[in-house]
Amino acid sequence: MSTILEINNVTKKFGGLIANNDISFKVNKQEILSIIGPNGAGKSTLFKMISSFMKTTSGEVLFEGKRISNLAPHIAARMGVVRTFQETTIFKTMTVRDNIIISHHLRSNSNLFGFFIGSSTARNDEREFTRSADELLEFLSITDIGNELASTLPQGHLRTLGIAIGLATNPKILLLDEPFAGMNHDETMHMVDLVSNVRDRNVTVLLVEHDMSAVMKISDRIVVLNFGELIAEGTPKEIQENKIVIEAYLGSEDDSIGL
Amino acid sequence: MTKASKLIYFFIFLVTILGIVPWLIEISGRWDYYYTLTSVALLSIASSGVWLTFYIGRINIGQGAYALAGGYVVAILVTKYDVSFWLSVPIAGLFCSFVSMLIGASILRLRGVYFAMITLVLTEVAKLTAMSLPITNGAKGISSIALPGELSIFGIIIIPDFSTLANVKLAFYYVAVILMIFVFAGMYRLVNSRIGHLCRSLQQNEELASSIGVNITILRIIAYSISSFLGGIGGAIFVSISQSVYPTTFQVADSINFMLNVFVGGMGYVFGPMIGTLFIYFGWDLLFTTGKYQLLIYSSIIIALILVLPNGLLSLRIFNKSNKREIK
Repeated sequence: MSTILEINNVTKKFGGLIANNDISFKVNKQEILSIIGPNGAGKSTLFKMISSFMKTTSGEVLFEGKRISNLAPHIAARMGVVRTFQETTIFKTMTVRDNIIISHHLRSNSNLFGFFIGSSTARNDEREFTRSADELLEFLSITDIGNELASTLPQGHLRTLGIAIGLATNPKILLLDEPFAGMNHDETMHMVDLVSNVRDRNVTVLLVEHDMSAVMKISDRIVVLNFGELIAEGTPKEIQENKIVIEAYLGSEDDSIGL
Repeated sequence: MTKASKLIYFFIFLVTILGIVPWLIEISGRWDYYYTLTSVALLSIASSGVWLTFYIGRINIGQGAYALAGGYVVAILVTKYDVSFWLSVPIAGLFCSFVSMLIGASILRLRGVYFAMITLVLTEVAKLTAMSLPITNGAKGISSIALPGELSIFGIIIIPDFSTLANVKLAFYYVAVILMIFVFAGMYRLVNSRIGHLCRSLQQNEELASSIGVNITILRIIAYSISSFLGGIGGAIFVSISQSVYPTTFQVADSINFMLNVFVGGMGYVFGPMIGTLFIYFGWDLLFTTGKYQLLIYSSIIIALILVLPNGLLSLRIFNKSNKREIK
């Protein structure tokens, strides 16, 4: 398996607080890798740095050998690293379909002026976006809510829409920020299937998650963070048996960190 | 709304403002209305610029600065360098675009009330600049700006010299109104194209927009520079009509009015600024007869409007049938 993403000695400091300390790991092509850890372990910070939403203090992130850290988010997205959001971040006053159509922006061949005058390239783009959006709606089995206003959707559908928005950009790596949070068992299992399907579209999936049963079920490999340090890396089975991880989550005898 | 009925409405609109309105003024003999309506057309052009910045989620109270700058550019070009009016108006617009790109690059990072506060300052800065520079002639301003000359291409006169016309007011009315039609048609096209959708994505969530690969910095600057371009040409023609420009031609109050036009017309509608400007400017004029109660009645109406119709005049049902911006 070839490496698609390399995190090399990434450190992030907020003043005196060290959110991520010298973190290094590799992500293979087309795998599902979960980043887990107790609250405040620095998972989201790491996520933001990978997607260039935040600058690293030191270290770098390489995507297919090219540096993608410390650039702008839209450049990282252009290169193929796209994130979804922890909060249900969507374009609220648009319909589900429009949300997905607009997210095809990166695939457009025409420039903005072409869209203004309605050149043939632009019209082809629009047709292609609409077609692809319908295809995505079907892939995620949300065709029936395509014309609903995004702000009226229930939680589960919002998450799916978030993933649809991410997929519309045609990413090589999709970073999912807590895709299972606040879901019941059935919804979680549905989402687990969906995320595995996403991988089958030639997309590498990185996710930050708290729901252990889902993580264990879905991940190929897991990276565990605690207090900004990488404490373990391995397959779900290895992680479950790792003493340091158990200690981080359940605490050793005399202290009570974590969940 | 179907394409055909859209065309019909557009045609009715054209006939009304190009034919019926001048005809009504002719028979009623109220020549002063030409000036009022010309001002409405020009101010609505500037207001539609403000509207565009609202559309990307920024409260813009600085349009007066660009209107003033546009006015001065035309005044200086026409009086000092003898440039044709028809050339200096677009130059004024481009000048304002350019300046706004420089200013916008830094201030467009701000959001909400902070952006609003900065833009509020811009008008005052423009006024003080005009007062202190030698080329703008300080507080005395620039007066006796020549009327627009003829516009000819390959020797064919398209627009005759304004000073030879019997009815200059009517000529200016046509210039302003036709320009307004082009501006709003362009704006309609812009909003209904992908650029408009991108602007809306920006208005709703900039972080998400950048995560789907939209270069939000550039898009914000483009929108703001178009906005300032419109402010510039609006101000430029306004100045040419009054044939003079002073540092106080456009003040903070005017900037606030530009914003108010957008609010009253409706922020969700492309034609909101047009209706809003007509209502506010014309309404103020009509209330003149009430004498000392003018401001009282005027402000009460505005407050009532904001309470009853928070989405603007165009959210009224009668307009919704005909004028509502189509969202697929």
